[in-house]
Parts: sequence; C-alpha cells; structure tokens
Amino acid sequence: MDLSAINPVLLIASLMVAATPLLLAAIGELVVEKSGVLNLGVEGMMITGAIAGFAAAVESGSPLAGFVVAAVAGAALSLLFAALTQVALANQVASGLALTLFGLGLSALLGQRYVGVKPPQMGRIDIPVLSDLPVVGPILFAHDVILYFGIALTGAVWAVLKFTRAGLVLRAVGENHEAAHALGYKVVRIRTLAILFGGACAGMGGAYISLIRVPQWTEGMTAGIGWIALALVVFASWKPWRALLGAYLFGGVTVVQLNLQAAGVAIPVEYLAMSPYLITILVLVILSADKSSAPASLGRSFHASR
Amino acid sequence: MIRLEKRPQPSRVWSLTTPLVAVVATMIMGGVLFALLGKDPVEAILTIFWDPLFGEFAFYYRPQLLVKGAPLVLIAIGLSLGFRAGIWNIGAEGQYIIGALTGAGVGLAFYPMEGWFIFPLMVFAGALGGWAWAMIPAVLKTRFGTNEILVSLMLVYVAEQFLASMSLGLMKNPEGFGFPGSRNLQQYASAHNAEIVTGTGMHWGVVAALIAVIFAYVLLNRHMLGYHIRLTGEAPRAARFAGVKPARLILFCLGASGALAGLAGMFEVSGPAGQVSIDFNVGYGFTAIIVAFLGRLHPVGILLAGGLMALTYIGGDIAQGNLGLPSAAIQVFQGMLLFFLLALDLLTNYRIAFGKPEVA
Repeated sequence: MDLSAINPVLLIASLMVAATPLLLAAIGELVVEKSGVLNLGVEGMMITGAIAGFAAAVESGSPLAGFVVAAVAGAALSLLFAALTQVALANQVASGLALTLFGLGLSALLGQRYVGVKPPQMGRIDIPVLSDLPVVGPILFAHDVILYFGIALTGAVWAVLKFTRAGLVLRAVGENHEAAHALGYKVVRIRTLAILFGGACAGMGGAYISLIRVPQWTEGMTAGIGWIALALVVFASWKPWRALLGAYLFGGVTVVQLNLQAAGVAIPVEYLAMSPYLITILVLVILSADKSSAPASLGRSFHASR
Repeated sequence: MIRLEKRPQPSRVWSLTTPLVAVVATMIMGGVLFALLGKDPVEAILTIFWDPLFGEFAFYYRPQLLVKGAPLVLIAIGLSLGFRAGIWNIGAEGQYIIGALTGAGVGLAFYPMEGWFIFPLMVFAGALGGWAWAMIPAVLKTRFGTNEILVSLMLVYVAEQFLASMSLGLMKNPEGFGFPGSRNLQQYASAHNAEIVTGTGMHWGVVAALIAVIFAYVLLNRHMLGYHIRLTGEAPRAARFAGVKPARLILFCLGASGALAGLAGMFEVSGPAGQVSIDFNVGYGFTAIIVAFLGRLHPVGILLAGGLMALTYIGGDIAQGNLGLPSAAIQVFQGMLLFFLLALDLLTNYRIAFGKPEVA
C-alpha cells in the first residue's frame, strides 16, 4: 500500500470531474421535483444521453455537438415521461421505472457500433497565467467548459427559483397544483417544460460520463449515477447550492475509493466499489427525518376536473 | 373538443383488455423497430412469439418457458403485494442475488456430504437471505422514514459487488483451475434443484411459483391482511382510520417480496444456472416489475404475464441466433410494453368525451 502516491491536488481536480455528471442530473431533477413531479427515469435519460452524445461526438468530431445532441436526446425521452404522466395521467413511479428500463435497453441497442471507439477529446480551457498557478491552477482554472457550465447552471437555477416570477410560478405549481390552476397557471404545460429541462440536464450529465469522465462507451456505464442523483436531490433538501455540495461529496467518495483501489489498500476492490452506494443510503437515513422542505404536491397527478 | 372525464369507477372491461391491447401495440411498434434494424418485422415477431411454442424445435423451447417464467412469476407476485399498497420495492434484483448466495452458500458448506435435508435447508436459507436484504429498506423506512425506492435500488449495486466478491473469493471452486465461479451445484445431487419430471422444465421453483400465485390470490381476496393491503393502496386515509398499521404493512410487503425474490434466486442458482458466477443475475428482478404491471397486479394475471415475458426472452434468444437481432432489442421491446400499458391505463380510469361540457 502506498498512500503517498495519491496527489491531493489531482484528487480534488478529478473529484470535480466525477461530480459533474451527478450535479447536472441532480439540478435537472431538482427543477422537475420543484414543479411537483417525481421522475424516477433519470438513470434511463442519462444513459440515453451518454450514448446519443457519444455517437454524435464521434460522427461529427465535435464534443460540444455531442453535448447538444445528448441534451436533445434526454429531453426527447423525458417527453415520453411527460406524455405518460401529464397527459395519460399514469403513475409517476411506474412511468419513471419504465423510462429507466427502456432507456437502458435503447442505449445498449444504439451503442453496439460504438463499443471500443475513442471519442474526440474535449479541450480544456487555458488561461495564460491562472491555469499555470501551482495548486489553484489545476483545481480551478484547467477544466473543460461543461464543468463550469454545471456550476453556472446551479447558480442560474438558484437565481431563477429565488428571484424571478417564473421561479415563483414553478414553485407554486409544485406546492399546490389546485391553487396554481385556480390562479390560471397552466399546470400541465409548466410541468412538461420542467420535465423537458430535467431530461436535457440528465442527458448532458450522461454525455459527460461517456465523453469526458471515462471516456468511452460501455453498456450500462452510468451504473446507478442517475439514482444517486435522485438521492442527492433529497440530500440537498431541494436547494441548488446544497446539490452542488452533495455532488462534490459523492464525487469525492468515488474518487477516493478509486484512488484507494489503485494504491492497493488491504480492503478488497468489491467492498470499496460498494462504498458510494452505502454512503448514499447512510446520507438518506440521516436526512430523511426532515421532509418539510419537499414540494407538497410531489408525485401527485393533476387532472383539471373544472 | 376532446376531453377526459373521470369514471366514477374503474372500467372492468378496459382493465382486462388494456394488457392485450398493449401487447398488440407493442408488437406493431416492435415490428417497426425491427424493420428499422433491417430485419423482416413479420418474421421477427413470428420468431419471438410463434417459434418457441409451435415452431420446429418447440419441444426444446417449451420447457424453457417454465424455467424462465418461474423466477419472473415468483418475484412479480411478491412485488405486486407492495405495489398495491404503494410500497415500491424495486430492488428485487438485489434480493434475488442475495437469496442465491445464501442458498448456494448453505449447499456449498455441506459439500461433499449427501443428505435429504440439504436442499430444504438451502430453500430456507435462500428465502431468509432475500428477506433479510429486503428488511434493510423496510426497517429504514419504518424507523427513519427513508425512501424505500432509493434504498432498495442502491442495495442492488451493493449486492452485485457482493456477488463478484463471493464468486472470486469465498465461494470460488477450489478445483476450478482458478476460474471465477463456485462449484457446479448440478453435479452435487443433494443440492441440485433437478427437474421433477425429466424434459418438462418443471423444477421446484416452478412449484413454488404456482404455490405463491395461489397463496397471493387467497391472501388478497379472502384474508384481512390482503384487504388492508388493497385498502392502503386505494384509500390511505381510510386505511388509517380503519386501524391499519402502515409500519406492519411495510415490513410484511417488503419482507414477503424479498423472501420470494430470494427463493427465485436460490432455485435458479441450484438448478438452471448451476453455479454462483459474476454474471449470474440477468435482470429478472427488473423484468418482474413489468410482469407485475402487465398482470395488473393480480396473481392470475401475473401468471399469464410471466409466461408471456418468458416467451419474449426465449423468442429473443432464437431471434438473436437466427436473425441476428441484437439482444438489447428485446430489452427495448419489453420497455415499450410497459409504456403502452401505462399509457392505455388511462382508458380504465377515464372516459374520453367529445364536445363541450354542459353548463350545470
């Protein structure tokens, strides 16, 4: 065992990379849940985004095009969920599960031709002086654009939810859809838009895994990250900045665990690989005592009878 | 102007016909999918749904129907109890793995001793293992209010890692020339879940599945506990006033589904699969969710749905061999089925009305 081989600066930098897919998916789902919809299909949308983005990036040669296509693919899949739950009034839990099962199958089908292919590399930003600083440079100023986009998105969602009229309407729909409907807001339309946003975010998160974090395509490569993102929303008590904190925490667990595997710690690999999931459960247990911040209409179908 | 009107009561006719309509719709969309993949859609659908039952080699495939259907039905029956009461155990795959590990573990511990009591002990251990694994989300839910959906699902990934660790470590065959995987239980008479009647595919898991169907039917229709389960699902508030204890219901539903999933895993590892290996689980725990919904959460419906789903597995295998249809296409096909089912459920609870609503 050689723990000195672990470089703390690289550790923090790679922690941020590992956290970004989680953050993107969680921010998307946070908006969806704020509108009162529980979409359990995050895993399915992520893996669909992962393969759609990967394929687009390989075919076009541009990783950014990959991210755009991934967002569109995630949103397209979430549109199915919206049709089921908002139009056909199907059970949200069951529909979300259906989305995940379908997404896993679809991605495996689409991905057959891309196993073992290398995607085009995403460039990192390079700011002349800042990126070359010791310690601070690699941590803060030498990442890819999407990572910064994730942080900016967190800030944007926070600001929109807190300070704008649109955010207020979204929250109203999530807290009490009957009242929002009575005030004349289009509950179904607002929720559908939120679901599409969540799908696009999850798709991008998936593409981040297949294009930057790994980067290659393997079947089922999201390995439960979509589900951890769902847990993260609970962890964050539906607050964007806490979602960022949570994503970095989970990213940290993943990275440390991988580093320990590489360093050859005496704990078997399988038990180290379990740790992110076990810690998710632990965090859920600690935080589930307080449910007061959950949107009041979360998971309930809305049908305008009048 | 088309609008939806809530029915005063769910339509019985639609409730029974939606699964059939959903299957037909899935076949059509599936045909489109297969055509897009460059296969002849009619041939593909026939290969999946006709050949296993009436084709040239049907004598070989028909027993497979029982082998693949039994675990699906066993797991789905357990899940349906919880789904009816709004308790979502979606980690059956994990309970299935743990049941297989505990069941096989007991069998391997006795090797090479022979005895009539070994197999019953394994059955008990398998059920206990699955039950214990499901008790984790159940106890966390009742004690701390933790979301059982997320916990049960996280435990699937934990169980998969545990399976890998076992098949590479503790349970590895000492005479296996270093290959991962345990001893083959098919070659160990006392632990082998052999066919009861040779050539029929009828093993003890099939018997257990049939017993589970009857048990669930009686429970739901003739027993107070079953009534409480249905009441909680349909009117949670009324159930509380009637004195139903939610905690006990959660413990029972998760425990029962865990035990049944554990049994399914144990029967699979000691019979058709034969050994504990890294890729032992093939997703029955997730497909069983589709089976439960396709069977309308009704025991008899689940029995039929399990058969149909087993058919798509077998037919999918044949189509993979004969037509080069990728195995993932069947997964998409199964996912589509659930979509159509959920969408068409609308017709059970709502009526489509035309024209403007009259002013009262």
